Amino acid sequence: MITNSVTDIVENSVTHSVAPSITHSVAPSALELAALLKAKKISVAEVLDHYFGAIEKTDPHLNSFLALAKESALAQAKIVQEKLNLNETLSSLAGVPIAIKDNISTQGIKTACASKMLDGYVPVYDASVVTKLKQAGMIVIGKLNMDEFAMGGSSETGIGGPVHNPWDLSRVAGGSSGGSAAAVAARLVPLALGSDTGGSIRQPCSFCGITGIKPTYGAVSRYGLIAYASSLDQIGPMGVNIDDCAALLKIISGPCEKDSTWVLDKPFDFKESQPNRLDGVKIGLPINYFADGIDKEVAESVLRAAKEFENAGATICEFEMPLLDYVIPTYYIIACAEASSNLSRYDGLKYGHLSKNANTLDEIYRLSRSEGFGIETKRRIMLGSFVLSSGYYEAYYQKALKARALLKKAYDQLFEQYNFIISPVAPTSAYRHGENITDPLKMYIADLYTVGANLAGLPAVSLPCGFDSEGLPLGFQLCGNAFKEADLIMASRVYQARTGHHLKKPEVDF
Amino acid sequence: MKIDDKLLSYLEDLSCLTLTASEKSQLSDDFGKILEYMDILGGLDTIDVSEMSHPFPHVNAFRPDTVKESTSRELILKNAPHHNGEIIVAPPTYE
Repeated sequence: MITNSVTDIVENSVTHSVAPSITHSVAPSALELAALLKAKKISVAEVLDHYFGAIEKTDPHLNSFLALAKESALAQAKIVQEKLNLNETLSSLAGVPIAIKDNISTQGIKTACASKMLDGYVPVYDASVVTKLKQAGMIVIGKLNMDEFAMGGSSETGIGGPVHNPWDLSRVAGGSSGGSAAAVAARLVPLALGSDTGGSIRQPCSFCGITGIKPTYGAVSRYGLIAYASSLDQIGPMGVNIDDCAALLKIISGPCEKDSTWVLDKPFDFKESQPNRLDGVKIGLPINYFADGIDKEVAESVLRAAKEFENAGATICEFEMPLLDYVIPTYYIIACAEASSNLSRYDGLKYGHLSKNANTLDEIYRLSRSEGFGIETKRRIMLGSFVLSSGYYEAYYQKALKARALLKKAYDQLFEQYNFIISPVAPTSAYRHGENITDPLKMYIADLYTVGANLAGLPAVSLPCGFDSEGLPLGFQLCGNAFKEADLIMASRVYQARTGHHLKKPEVDF
Repeated sequence: MKIDDKLLSYLEDLSCLTLTASEKSQLSDDFGKILEYMDILGGLDTIDVSEMSHPFPHVNAFRPDTVKESTSRELILKNAPHHNGEIIVAPPTYE
């Protein structure tokens, strides 16, 4: 008979150092939870009961979930529990609940990309990553709030309303995977999937004090990810520590016959080893990232993280990041061009919003799209149409593709010298709701540190590295060479073993 | 770069969108500022640089060409706002 609650068990099994005014984690990590399930100290149904209860109590304050999938989760739990009872090996995360960003297709569960355009849309198939999660025995419990069509950095633009940062409800959770970050930070779910086109996993992780991985392009299938910018999009894990994220990345990575852009020929297989030294490792520190426009406390926290790597034996090498002025224009030209093409599929006929005011076919197209898309989505579609249009194509789109080639070459040269590049994730900590939403250019420029990894297809992790004077979490980014996720995870483990920033948890007992 | 009414109307057509008056005012201002910022790219020397549209030298990852069951029509039509049970229904494009 299994009768323990998750909190009871872990309160007795986990000890962490406590920071002033911050309660430390009593909720288990995903791997700790999986171990409890495997040892039959708790049942999958009890775990679900705990998390659905936490969501019901806390999420009205955070608005991180857009849909819950209680019925299908309980059905899946029953199947997984039977397998666990028979000691069948499913995966290292069998029985662990997971929530999915609202732009990843889940069969039978509403998936709206937080947009009126897809309000009520129910996918008839699972994204490949969701199929892999189910095969691994993970339990999908719901869909997570985001910026509409993943276009934004604050999770304020979706139809479900803004996501609130669990560290300070008056502030944004970051974006576009803000719901994923807020839910994991508040321990409403042990793990989440996000997507990252220009920083949409890493920046909300930084704003909410959790860990996330943007994998190498082609490492994780995009089949079933509702497309924003196809040459940049990647799905990735978001969790409370690097080990949980690595376990999840192992499950979702690898080939997919439904995605013609996969590159990785087999799933990642990360070693369990826990080194505590990084002797011989060279980490590049781009000093021009720390010039104008970055908050002093953010800069100091990242430099402290670099010092920690140095203490662990790594060599920190300062350098000037090339092409920095061109990164944001290059990214936004390419992303908007691809968005204008990808979002042309929304016609009001096949699925999604159909205008009630339309009579002719042309009216159906134009009015359904005009009513269905929000202002930021329209802005990016039209910018994309502009840079692809006759007379402007060469000056903008073609130029950006050439700039992208130069940037990729620059990264290739940097990774001949360094194992990793350490940098900020965002120039500030989480800002207040409404503070930047009316200034799109300011929001775009805030992506300066993250979009390079997407343009060059590189993996990058976002790790918590402390708090600012207002008690808001800060994060830093470690970027690696293509398909060097194992190295990034090893370095992240060393950092998290030497620091306790990832163990801090916001007060969410509202 | 100045975004005048004519260009904005052209972009609406290309994007298959009809903006409200307030959206027009907001977006033409935004586009002006954003494109002015993007114009910095014009100063980058890209002579003899090839365009790069994909992060890696890419060969399409084909799967074996085998016959498989496709998604049923009934399921697909569930998400269509108007259908007759067989096909999606749209207004005629001729009179």
